[in-house]
Order: sequence, then structure tokens, then C-alpha cells
Amino acid sequence: MTTAMAVGGVLSSFEPRGEGRDPVWLAEARLAALGWVGEHGFPTRKDEDWKYTGLDPILAVPFEAATPGSARRVSADMINAAAVDLGGPRLVFVNGHFVAEFSRLTGLPAGAEVTNLAAVLAAGPERLEPFFAHAPGEHHAFAAFNDVLAEDGAFVHLTPGTCVDEPIQLVFFSDTGGVPLMSSPRSVILAGPGSRATIVETYAGIDGDVYCTNAVTEAVLADGARIEHYKVQDEPVSAFHLALLDVRQGRNSRFSSRSVMLGSSIARHEVRVLLEDVGAEVSLDGVYLPQGDQLHDNTIFVDHAATNCTSHQLYKGVLDGRGHGVFNGYIMVRPGADGTDANQKNKNLILSDRAEVDTRPRLEIYTDDVKCTHGAAVDQLDEDALLYLRTRGIPLEAARGLLIDAFVHEMVDRIGLEALRAQLEALVASRFGNGDRPVEP
Amino acid sequence: MMLKIEELHASIEDNEILRGVNLELNAGEVHAIMGPNGSGKSTLASVLIGREGYDVSGSVCYEGQDLLALSPEDRAAAGVFLAFQHPVEIPGVGNMYFMRTALNSLRRQRGQDELDSVDFLALAQERMKLVEMDQTFMSRSVNEGFSGGEKKRNEILQMAILEPKLAILDETDSGLDIDALRVVANGVNALRSEGRAMLVITHHQRLLDYIVPDRVHVMAAGRIVRSGDKDLALELEEHGYTGLRQQHNSGRPALSGATQ
Repeated sequence: MTTAMAVGGVLSSFEPRGEGRDPVWLAEARLAALGWVGEHGFPTRKDEDWKYTGLDPILAVPFEAATPGSARRVSADMINAAAVDLGGPRLVFVNGHFVAEFSRLTGLPAGAEVTNLAAVLAAGPERLEPFFAHAPGEHHAFAAFNDVLAEDGAFVHLTPGTCVDEPIQLVFFSDTGGVPLMSSPRSVILAGPGSRATIVETYAGIDGDVYCTNAVTEAVLADGARIEHYKVQDEPVSAFHLALLDVRQGRNSRFSSRSVMLGSSIARHEVRVLLEDVGAEVSLDGVYLPQGDQLHDNTIFVDHAATNCTSHQLYKGVLDGRGHGVFNGYIMVRPGADGTDANQKNKNLILSDRAEVDTRPRLEIYTDDVKCTHGAAVDQLDEDALLYLRTRGIPLEAARGLLIDAFVHEMVDRIGLEALRAQLEALVASRFGNGDRPVEP
Repeated sequence: MMLKIEELHASIEDNEILRGVNLELNAGEVHAIMGPNGSGKSTLASVLIGREGYDVSGSVCYEGQDLLALSPEDRAAAGVFLAFQHPVEIPGVGNMYFMRTALNSLRRQRGQDELDSVDFLALAQERMKLVEMDQTFMSRSVNEGFSGGEKKRNEILQMAILEPKLAILDETDSGLDIDALRVVANGVNALRSEGRAMLVITHHQRLLDYIVPDRVHVMAAGRIVRSGDKDLALELEEHGYTGLRQQHNSGRPALSGATQ
């Protein structure tokens, strides 16, 4: 009831974007998506996939859609502090809109088109039609809402065999200028046959700014393509973060995504992977560190729709304060998907008796010839290990930090980009080291 | 006197494990505490290093301080060390990093400069020789996947690096074959010094062939029921704990509580 009213309130303030400039198909897609949201409303806790993540705090805020130029304070220094410069191509978005002066698009090989979505919409929008006309918006409220409002984001297109050595960095920074903003970046990654690239998404903003990032990133990997994807979510706790990473994989393609969730008061990172053709491999990792009153939700759906595909998931959470973590991982093995190798693991470390974690690994298997495992664990810090460290002279807080680092380290260690790994190590360490807990009230 | 334990009682819930332990230990001395399983030997070690969960009364004076009032890390800083009977495995924490962090924590608390990784490595390499460990141990996680003997050697290595004043060795011989026992004992003996006291807790007399104590105490049912020189261990070897208890119960009725 209250949710429905709130939805009405939110919706009344939004109108489809790009009016007048959009091609007809896009205008229609936006209206259809708006209609879908109006009809279905935003999800409530009665929806299976949103059981643990209430949206009322988000729906209660009178957001305005972000427009280009709404930023006030952002500077290159702020952006560099939020997202360490990895040296390669770098697209910077402020409130979801591309900012050329902060970006760098040099050093790309001939077969790599790296640009922003608005530029594609202006020059040759028909390439984007499949992305607005299909799936996510049909069954996902926030993706539909992104359909309605998205005007900009990253666009990466790799022609067959193109290999981009330097990581392509996408920085989504928010600077509201005092007005609660809804930003709706939409990114599209098209990896042609045998192409390779690394994509790093970072989301950050300014402490105290109230906004909601509603991001959708779609990746389509053709046969033999390899994409390594990283996501760092370090929004301020005054902000909300909702994101969908939607991946489709062709034959023998490989996709990996490693996510680090640090910020936001309510953050949900949803990953949907469709293993469409033989021999595709996906590896998804995530670490989430809610503290204070933060909620971090990882919802994953891996759809094994072809034979001999492999999927790995490892998600680790450290929950402190009144932090709340959600792992909602779902693997579907369709009829005929023989030779599937799927595993899913979720481990949690609870540091406070007020913290909470809901873990829900799920497997649904419709074929016999499969190797599937899943498991979840929720532990506290090992008291014996703590005592052992203390008897060696390591003070309690440092001993806790050492054990937490050890738990998280496995994840951070998997980050192949040295500069990014160093930044994340520092972020994690400052979070748990010596009682320095900025979010804890 | 380095350590003076008076009328030390410890219980968990309503189960009294230590029932009035009295013990005095001087710098430079090695005392052995022997006794059957369940006599309270390991509990004594746990209480001395500050494991939580015990209801403790009585007093423990260590170098003029009330040891029981200190946190485990403060006890370590004051120079108390326990070689654990069951060293804890800590996945994800490198052995070398752990020991350097420990040493530097102690040095910081003592107002000394910290060692950088180069200086620490040199120190560790030197001390590793004492317990015949090679550097592969240092790059592994703390005790993870170590054999029983490797864990015990790792304990003695920590002792060699942290250089405590009071070292408590809890069943350091348990689970060791004769070769490993000799290595560990040689390490311990090399660390005997004028300024250091050791409390060697063991179930078996065998260890005391290698680490020869100045005094032997026999614990039973939460008390020290007899003390003597190193020959007491041999007597125990001959008569066993049961024989010793019977002998004493007949002569000293006050110890009847020790026969449960």
C-alpha cells in the first residue's frame, strides 16, 4: 500500500528522457518500460528476489532525474581519489552523464570503439535497439526504470580478435549539487569473437549527497571472447546504489566479474548471466562489507542453457555494526545442459551481534550429467585464533584486523590489476584497522 | 622472584579445575609440572596467559605485577609466553608476517624501534636454525597444514624470536616422535638463560630427559601435591601417578581431595 503510493510519487516526477531526440523505437521502448513499472510497481519484500531488501527508504525520497551539468563541486582530484587512475582509457561520468574533460580515450587499438552511449544515440542509435527493446525491462523494475531514463553510459565495442591490453576504466561519480538525484547510467559492452578486454567500473560520490544510482551494464560476449570485469562500489552512505549486470555468453567465451561493495546505505548488485552456447565459462566473485546501518545485497542468477558450461561463484561478506548482508545466488541448469560444472560458495564473517546476513544459495537442475555444488557458511571471528595472536603481543583490535584481512584477502588477491588491488587493500584496511570505522555511529 | 602463584583457583561454570595452586619460580629456573590428564596442568597455563571463560581467584604475582589484571597482549608485552599444546591454524595470515607483527607489537609496547622486513628476515633466519626449520615455513599461513611436529617447532621458533622472560611450554612433547622431540628440546635448551624462567608442562617423563628441570611439581586434581628435584620425575616413571597418589594419600590425609 505505502509502496504503491510511493511509486506513484516517484513516477509522477519522472518522464521519459530524450524526448524529441529519441528515434521512434526508443521513445516507444521508454514508454513501454514506464508502463511496465506503472503496472507492476517496484518490488516489495513479497517478491522472492527482494525478500531481504526493502526499498521504502529509496522510494520515499523525491528524486529528480539527473541532467548533464547538474554537478557543482566535482574536480579531477576528487575523481582520481575515488578511482585510482589505471593508466588506460578512462571514461568519466558525473551523475550518469559523460564528461569529456575528465576522460581519456587514447591508446586504443583500431578494432576497439570506446565511447559514450549518448554519442552512439546521436550518431547511430539503431545499434542500441536490441538493448532497449528486450529482456531486462520486461521483468525487472529498476532495469525498466533505467530504460525510461538512461541517456548516457559507456559503450564498448570490440571487433573480432581485438585485444585491449590496458584496462578500460569507467568512473561513475555523483555530485548532486544539493538536489536528490536519480542517475541512470546504461553501459553496453559488445565483445566480438575472440576479442579481449578488461573493464573496471567504479561508483563513488560526495559524502552527504543524497542520490540513487540505478545502473545497468550489459555485456554480450561472442564466441571465444574474454572479458574481465571489476566493479568497485564505494558510494557515500547517504546514497543508494542499485545495479544490474546482465551478461550473455557465446561459445567458449569467458567472463569474470569481481565486485567489491563498500559503500551506500542500501546497495544491491545483481548479476544475471546467460550461458547461451557450448563451453562458456563464468566466474563471479564478490566481497561485501556492510557496517553501520548498511545493507549490501548480492543477487546472482546464472542460467546454464548450453552443454559443457562452467560457472563459479565465491562471495564473502564481513558484517559489522548493524550491517546487513544478502547473498541470493541462484543457478539454473536447463534440460539438456549436460556437462555443466557449477559451484557456488558464500562465506560470512559476523563481527557484531547486531549484524545480520541472509544467505540463500539455490540450485535448480533439470539434467543428470552435471557437477554442481553449493554451500554457505556464517562464522564469527575465531576466538582461539584471537587469543593466540594476543598472547604474541598483538593487541585485540589489531588481532581482529589481521583475521578480517585474512578472510577478505583471498578475494582482494584475485584482483589482477595491481593499482586497483593496492587501492582496495588500503580501503579494506582502513575500514577494519585500529578502530577507524568511519561509518559506525 | 619472577613468579609467585598463591592459592590459585579456577573454575568453569560450577566445575572447579584449579583448587589452590601454589608455586614459586625464579629467573633462570626451569620447573616441570607433571600430572595425569585432567589434573589442571593446561588450565593453569591458560589462566596464566589470560584465556577468558574462567572464574579465577587467588593471586599471581609476576615481576611485582598482578598478572591476572593484565590482558593477554599486556602479559605478552610483560614477557609471558605460552607454547600452545594445540597451536591454532590461521589461514590467510602468513607465518612471517605474523611473527614480524607480533615482535613489532611487543617492541612498540616496550618503546623499542620496529624492525623492517629485511632486519626481521635476518633475525628469523638465525632463529630458525635453532629448531631446524627452513624458510618455506615462513611463507605458509600460520600453522596451516603443519604436521604436529612442525607446529611445535613453530611455537619454539616464536619463543626464540619474541624472547620472553617467562616461557610456559604446554605439552610441547605431545605427538612428537623421538627425532622431533630432540629438535624441539634442543631449541628450548638453547633458550635457557639467566634471565629467563620456564614452566614445562608435560604428561611424560620422557621430555625431561632432554630438558632437565631444576624442580619438578606433580599436579593432581587441581593442586600441586608434591614437589621435588628432577629425580621426582624418575620416581613417577617408576610408580606412575596412581602409585604416587596412593603413597601420598596414605601419608597425608589432607590430600584426599586429590583422588577424585
